[in-house]
Amino acid sequence: MIRVPAYINGIGLISPQQTADPSLFLPEVMEYTTDFLTSVDPNYKAFIDPLAARRMSRLIKMGITAAKIALQDATPKPHEGDFLPSLASGSEATREGLGVGLDAIITGTGLGSVEDTEKILGRMTAGEQLMNPTPFIQSTYNTISSQIAIILQCHNYNSTYVHRSFSFESALQDALLQFEEGAAATALIGGIDEMTENHLKITRRAGHWKMGPVNNLNLLSYQTPGALAGEGSAYFLMASQITSTTYASLLDVQTIYKPEESLPMDEVITRFLSDNGLSPDQVDAVILGYNGDIRYDFLYDRLGSGIFREAQQVWYKHLCGEYYTSTGFALWLGANILKHQVIPVAVRFNNLNADRLQHILVYNQDRNINHSLLLLSRK
Amino acid sequence: MARRVVVTGIGILSSIGRNLPETLESVLRSRSGIGKLRYLNSPHQNEFPFAEVPFPNTALTELAQLSDSEGYSRNALLGLIAATEALQHARLHELPPLRTGLLSATTVGGMDTCERYYNDFLTNDSKNIYIDVYDCADSTEKIADHLSIRDYITTLSTACSSAANAILLGARLIRSGRLDRAVAGGTEALTSFHINGFNSLKILDKVPCRPFDVNRNGITLGEGAAYLILETEEAAHAGDRPIFAELSGFGNACEAFHQTASAPDGKGAYLAMERALKLNGTKPSEIDYINAHGTGTDNNDLAEGAAIERLFGEKIPLVSSTKPFTGHMTSAAGSAEAVLSILCLIHRMVLPNLNLETPMPELKFKPVTELIRDVDVNLVMSNSFGFGGNDTSLIFKKYNR
Repeated sequence: MIRVPAYINGIGLISPQQTADPSLFLPEVMEYTTDFLTSVDPNYKAFIDPLAARRMSRLIKMGITAAKIALQDATPKPHEGDFLPSLASGSEATREGLGVGLDAIITGTGLGSVEDTEKILGRMTAGEQLMNPTPFIQSTYNTISSQIAIILQCHNYNSTYVHRSFSFESALQDALLQFEEGAAATALIGGIDEMTENHLKITRRAGHWKMGPVNNLNLLSYQTPGALAGEGSAYFLMASQITSTTYASLLDVQTIYKPEESLPMDEVITRFLSDNGLSPDQVDAVILGYNGDIRYDFLYDRLGSGIFREAQQVWYKHLCGEYYTSTGFALWLGANILKHQVIPVAVRFNNLNADRLQHILVYNQDRNINHSLLLLSRK
Repeated sequence: MARRVVVTGIGILSSIGRNLPETLESVLRSRSGIGKLRYLNSPHQNEFPFAEVPFPNTALTELAQLSDSEGYSRNALLGLIAATEALQHARLHELPPLRTGLLSATTVGGMDTCERYYNDFLTNDSKNIYIDVYDCADSTEKIADHLSIRDYITTLSTACSSAANAILLGARLIRSGRLDRAVAGGTEALTSFHINGFNSLKILDKVPCRPFDVNRNGITLGEGAAYLILETEEAAHAGDRPIFAELSGFGNACEAFHQTASAPDGKGAYLAMERALKLNGTKPSEIDYINAHGTGTDNNDLAEGAAIERLFGEKIPLVSSTKPFTGHMTSAAGSAEAVLSILCLIHRMVLPNLNLETPMPELKFKPVTELIRDVDVNLVMSNSFGFGGNDTSLIFKKYNR
């Protein structure tokens, strides 16, 4: 296959950290003692027509806003500092030409709008009939991608992936394929999920989460089963052309479903790197999906003390929590590290001083079932 | 030149049959699967007709050859049965494995089970084994495990075009060389969730759906699953197996007009069909038959009809919607109708648009209302359009070396 570069030219990230302004890279870290991490809401009115926003559930607003920030971030800025005020209502997006020339919109979401689904299930359980169709429409998984298309008036390729911790990866792989096919030169790719109190309560029964509040910055000290739940919305404007706003390039993405016992992950990773002309010692930093769940974190330890013992190890889920599309946060982190050539102290897992950061690998796994690899390279 | 993608197996389970032979017999006899809801509890069961798969989950468990279906949603059972049939139809079990993917589509995943146990989820631990069934990926992973597919798996959800997009993705992964084979399609179980949702939009017809009829008044919800086995031409020639069709075109477009309604001119439908034709340079006049999305809503049939007229001009192919047979299988509609389209290629037939009495006056063409046999069908277009304007069109062609 022919490899076509995919440059990350703009990013919008709404997360439990102060990340909505792309001109800042983790200036400070938000500390929480909580049952689950919730995103810091940006001023949605600055991005979505308030009238339309009133009917939108939170996830839809998070999606549209992150998408708009990514597009704006990818637009070369003649005057630094005027980024926020110029982003106005939905209809203005097209006036600004934000969606012009966009060849694809692809979203990954593990759960879609949980809030809307719960509204319907709650009403049904109470024996009531649904009268207002809005929650049903918004609960449909493809609503985010199609709402963004409506606002941007983008008639091109549009799709949505909903496969647990492969959701965002599948969206990225689709985009890389689009570039390779020559079908797209620019694509808006997102990973988005939310957590609600109700969904936390239910999924705690399945054993996925810590059973009480934890301090996010001390996540690894608990040594208990379960992760800290979180959420976020990350959109990336990717293009086959490098620009003045480029952060980094995404070289390759791989998903591994239920890896065989006979093929350890370090071998899978070595092969993946070798397919991309690299060896493990050429990975300057590895972003690992540690989430504090002692049942599975050893999978990262193995790599950290194995093929990546010489690499700068980075972690991120203490900042955003665990969710199906958390690798959106990881991709934001990796792209910013490569752009700024700085690894913030808050995300360092070990302390090596890499003087030049060229390649970053993201490795994430979800309960040892869904594993994924994202390979990034400096601009 | 991109690699050619061919279809070597198909599997389907719906209200009109447990498998391919039963499905064929039903369409040949113009037998619809629409009737009274029997297995799902819904306050609307006497208000609207449905196209329910006529078996309870216990019978589906047997059909799926499972000794124990604990942890399985109806969605997963339906999907497993149809995907297994497709695999056997392609006789893949006789062949050495190649890089194989599973691309599966669903709109509400295991909601059939979640809505039943939601109160337990909230209040006690008795149904914890079903909690993760909520995820759309659940049925995909269960199917992948049973069929031992590991090389690539993912789940798509683009409303009523979901399975068509799964087929489109399978074709792209094969064309790019990433996979040699793909099991692509979708599965959907009827749910109170969907029934309530579609009812809140006031688009359920009180009588069996009547696509393209002047008196049409909405959709009839159905359920089931269908999968295609897609292979590279080279892989398909292994093992002396028949090739049932070539997937010669696909197009995806977003109408970007409204979250649930179609633009009156059918812009999204037009773009999807146009892109499918363009992919391999197919001329509109080469299409023999369009298996239309044809839901029976006022809006869809008008928009789709307008788009067909604009794209095909004076020479409009034979058109029919097969939703009066199967109901609207939502996420699985794209692959179910792909299977019916391929049956038309294999058996040289065009399926009728049942329940059509008075054609819409707005359209110049009149859909086929009687089964046509012994007819040359070389290229069939299959349309799937979804909420949010997610529109996808596929073209299946009689395979020639």
